[in-house]
Amino acid sequence: MKAAAFDYVRAESLPQSLELLAQHGGDAKLLAGGQSLVPMMAMRLLRPALLVDIHRLVELKAIRRDAKTVTIGAGVRQRTLEDDAELPAQLPLVVKALRWVGHAQTRNRGTLGGSLVHADPSAELPLAALVLDATLRLSSHGGSGRSVKTAEFFLGPMLSATAETECLTAIEWPVWQGKGVGAAFDEVAIRHGDFALASACAQAQVDGGGICRRLSFGAGGVDGVPRAFPQIAQGLVGKRLEQGIARDAAVQAAKTCDPGNDPHASAEYRRHLATVLIERVLLEAAQSAADSARSAT
Amino acid sequence: MSKDKLMKIAVKVNGVLREAQVEPRTTLVDFLRDTLLLTGTHIGCEHGVCSVLLDGDPVRSCCMFAVQADALSVTTVEGLAPERGQLSKIQDAFCEKHALQCGYCTPGMLIACHALVARNPHPDEAAIREAISGNLCRCTGYQQIVDAVKHATAPKDGSHG
Repeated sequence: MKAAAFDYVRAESLPQSLELLAQHGGDAKLLAGGQSLVPMMAMRLLRPALLVDIHRLVELKAIRRDAKTVTIGAGVRQRTLEDDAELPAQLPLVVKALRWVGHAQTRNRGTLGGSLVHADPSAELPLAALVLDATLRLSSHGGSGRSVKTAEFFLGPMLSATAETECLTAIEWPVWQGKGVGAAFDEVAIRHGDFALASACAQAQVDGGGICRRLSFGAGGVDGVPRAFPQIAQGLVGKRLEQGIARDAAVQAAKTCDPGNDPHASAEYRRHLATVLIERVLLEAAQSAADSARSAT
Repeated sequence: MSKDKLMKIAVKVNGVLREAQVEPRTTLVDFLRDTLLLTGTHIGCEHGVCSVLLDGDPVRSCCMFAVQADALSVTTVEGLAPERGQLSKIQDAFCEKHALQCGYCTPGMLIACHALVARNPHPDEAAIREAISGNLCRCTGYQQIVDAVKHATAPKDGSHG
């Protein structure tokens, strides 16, 4: 099937895009990489009257770094992040997540912001943003803009806090300070690059003695939104992340998930996957953090 | 603006500037096949067969509209060989190693492999498998495709060429 007819404007600036959104309200959609939007239009799940193409806006492509934060423009392509030489040291979890996002062909078009706004509960970048407690910057015509934490951004399947007249412009990622930081991302999909049946990721910091000093982890595909488990993670700080402890935390976290039944996997199976994957990423992240702590000394 | 408004685009396709009037909803693959009659690029959802190079990077031409390619450069499977009637090294290796049977996936596979080799002239097996992971082949079991890329990119006589 082909997309229903629409009008197309290639935006020349962010203010122009925001003005068009304000004029057309819900009839207009922003088009970035189009790797979700274009197929959804082809299937006629969406029929916007106007597409405002923001993919070439340089304002949305900047990557700015200081000691504590990496601010990535919403229009930065996933492939650009994959090739970024500094990101593995700054945001190891994002780099691990990107390996699982689609294929080279889709990452060459797909953008960071597009993936977040699309808010697929099984997508990797929303989960990574949630687990790292990223902040999303939204702009609208005539407004001063606002910032939303990822914990308040994902509202349901394919539903984010972005208003119809707003554009996600940049994502601020906190950089974990100090040595001994490691990350892991794992998922089960029918084929590599497909949407995950379930996914999990973790970022951990351990000291020279192998004790966990900081931890954040989460799971995707097992609820209407990506899930993070800050309280369970906090309970593991001060401990050595070993198999029994990781398993208990994974079981506890998976119990709070509410996965759906669909033809690809039952809820029970998804919860099982979440348990196995969370245990695995906790151990892998701790190992990676310990390796990093050793190599830094 | 009316819904059936045509837009003028100018896309460099296989080195030649092609200008046309298209509906905004025309996908890049339909523009290539139906307007320019370059039918080497195939259509098959979730299959990778519609892959083309956009400014040198592999993308799915069904997942973008032709208007998005305006003023950019597209290479299709028809543009991979150095001269008309010739084959690229990788195309030649596909013949040599029986890397195709029905041929439906071949244009997408060739695009993915050319893009890989442009970034990584001597890829190992893992890199080759990763590069073609977005392309489905129902005939070869992929092994011959991997063999073909290895064959085309192996350093010969100790020299890189």
